[in-house]
Amino acid sequence: MVTLIDGSEASLRKYLAALPGVDKVGADQRAAMLSTRSIKTTSKSWAIDMAIRMVDLTTLEGADTAGKVRAICAKAVHPDPTDFSVPSVGAVCVYNDLVKIARESLNLNGGSHIPVAAVTTAFPSGRASLKVKIQDTQDALHDGATEIDMVIDRGAFLSGKFGLVFDEIIAIKEVCGNRAQLKVILETGELTTYDNVRKASFIAMLAGADFIKTSTGKVSPAATPPVVLVMLEAVRDYYLQTGMRIGVKAAGGIRTTKDAIKQLVLVNEVAGPEWLNPHLFRIGASALLNDLLMQRMKAASGFYSGSNYVTLD
Amino acid sequence: MSRIDIKKTYKLFIGGQFPRSESGRSYEIKGANGKFIANPALASRKDLRDSVTSAKSALSGWSSATAFNRGQILYRIAEIMEGRRDQFVTEIIALEGGSAKVANTQVEQAIDLWVWYAGWCDKISTIAGATNPIAGPYYNFTTPEELGVVGIIADQKDSLLGLVAAIAPVVATGNTAVVIASEKRPLPAITLSEALATSDLPAGVLNILTGKVSELAPWLASHMEIDGLDISGVDPKIESELRIAGAENLKRIHRFNKSQSPQRMLAFMEAKTVWHPIGV
Repeated sequence: MVTLIDGSEASLRKYLAALPGVDKVGADQRAAMLSTRSIKTTSKSWAIDMAIRMVDLTTLEGADTAGKVRAICAKAVHPDPTDFSVPSVGAVCVYNDLVKIARESLNLNGGSHIPVAAVTTAFPSGRASLKVKIQDTQDALHDGATEIDMVIDRGAFLSGKFGLVFDEIIAIKEVCGNRAQLKVILETGELTTYDNVRKASFIAMLAGADFIKTSTGKVSPAATPPVVLVMLEAVRDYYLQTGMRIGVKAAGGIRTTKDAIKQLVLVNEVAGPEWLNPHLFRIGASALLNDLLMQRMKAASGFYSGSNYVTLD
Repeated sequence: MSRIDIKKTYKLFIGGQFPRSESGRSYEIKGANGKFIANPALASRKDLRDSVTSAKSALSGWSSATAFNRGQILYRIAEIMEGRRDQFVTEIIALEGGSAKVANTQVEQAIDLWVWYAGWCDKISTIAGATNPIAGPYYNFTTPEELGVVGIIADQKDSLLGLVAAIAPVVATGNTAVVIASEKRPLPAITLSEALATSDLPAGVLNILTGKVSELAPWLASHMEIDGLDISGVDPKIESELRIAGAENLKRIHRFNKSQSPQRMLAFMEAKTVWHPIGV
């Protein structure tokens, strides 16, 4: 394995300072250009099924109940109960106190292969002591989470304390160990520039993230195509330097099949076809799944489906 | 020096916006005298799909607005149309031919029809609802409620009156609608959409498409989000095809003759019956 830094803050700063800047106009334009790709017929059907397999079916509301979590778990296993050819989703994503219910409920519904992702580290703001963040993560692991979605300390990042951000990710990674995949949420909507998105992506990858994730879903803008493009370029560059493939999770604002397919085009064109699988690309969403199902029904029946034929979430 | 003409671009009306067709297509409209008049947008099935999405998302807000408020907005549409009378008259003469007097009458009737249906908004449930006599200690009420999203294929001949006769009763009761305007005479429909956009009607309640009925109607009839279909403007040759497509989700499909009748409202309403225990 190639080591890019020696673990000291000085070497991290030196590495980040040497990163080339992001051409904002170029990134916006390339994302806009790739968004115009037309994906039709069999390619579209393939893309819809792939997108379903990539969905992290998410419920992150203060009003979440055990009943709601059970409902989305049933949906995660068989998104369309009338059509068992629809694949299961990539994971179920819940707050950490609901992990146990989600795990039990998935197992009961025949979804023991579906991982439960927990948002931890004082999600969504990340404003808590490291001790609390570690405890938060340990609780989730104890209850059966096999994916941890942590948030970075954006305040520290924006005030230039890159070492602090880096050390926190390392601390959480240590807690996860081999028990869980670590997804690091950058909250790109608060990072203000694409250069910052690129820097934060590299801090997360250097600290051992298995996935870098755009947003919490609580801040807008979230997973806009140019931001995802910048992050995909970062994982591609990291792969070229180290030989390790890091995943990307786009979360927030992806509501329609069209949005999801645009993301898949970006993945294929920017990172490469190796990333077109649920182990390396995920889409965090709740409303998206219904739209994907309706498009799938349309492809099968030949006429447009309606919202009466999918679940109310 | 003479001034250069400012020609109007006739576009679609979807979700309160005026987009061109996503397909980029347009088609030629000729007047009663055979001369070229305009190139309105030729809507595609995807424009229709987007319209249905807008209509569906506007439904909960519009149907839960008070009937009195809906009446005020329908009246407001009449007010705004009144201010554009001359434009409607000019377009009707160009498309349908005939005298200014005949065209003027059609515009007046259309405006008056909005006022007439505006008055009905807060009365229809009283007139058509009922307190039902039943054997048991309950009050039992039946009230008519909106059906949902209605597809309308407007009258092909009376380009303005036929259109208003179809859309006013549908939205008066709290439905939202996707409308295919008269194929050969679509201009008054587009001008009407400009009046709708400035009359407090929430975005998406009415969506108006211009294009080929034979191309769009089957997609409208088979769309599972659409609950009712007005086929008054459909060529009888394709009627059975549309009825078969609409049977999949048991759409209510109607063809109307009268332009002014409470039956046109009731055709796209659903009866809800409530049982309430006496003494509670």
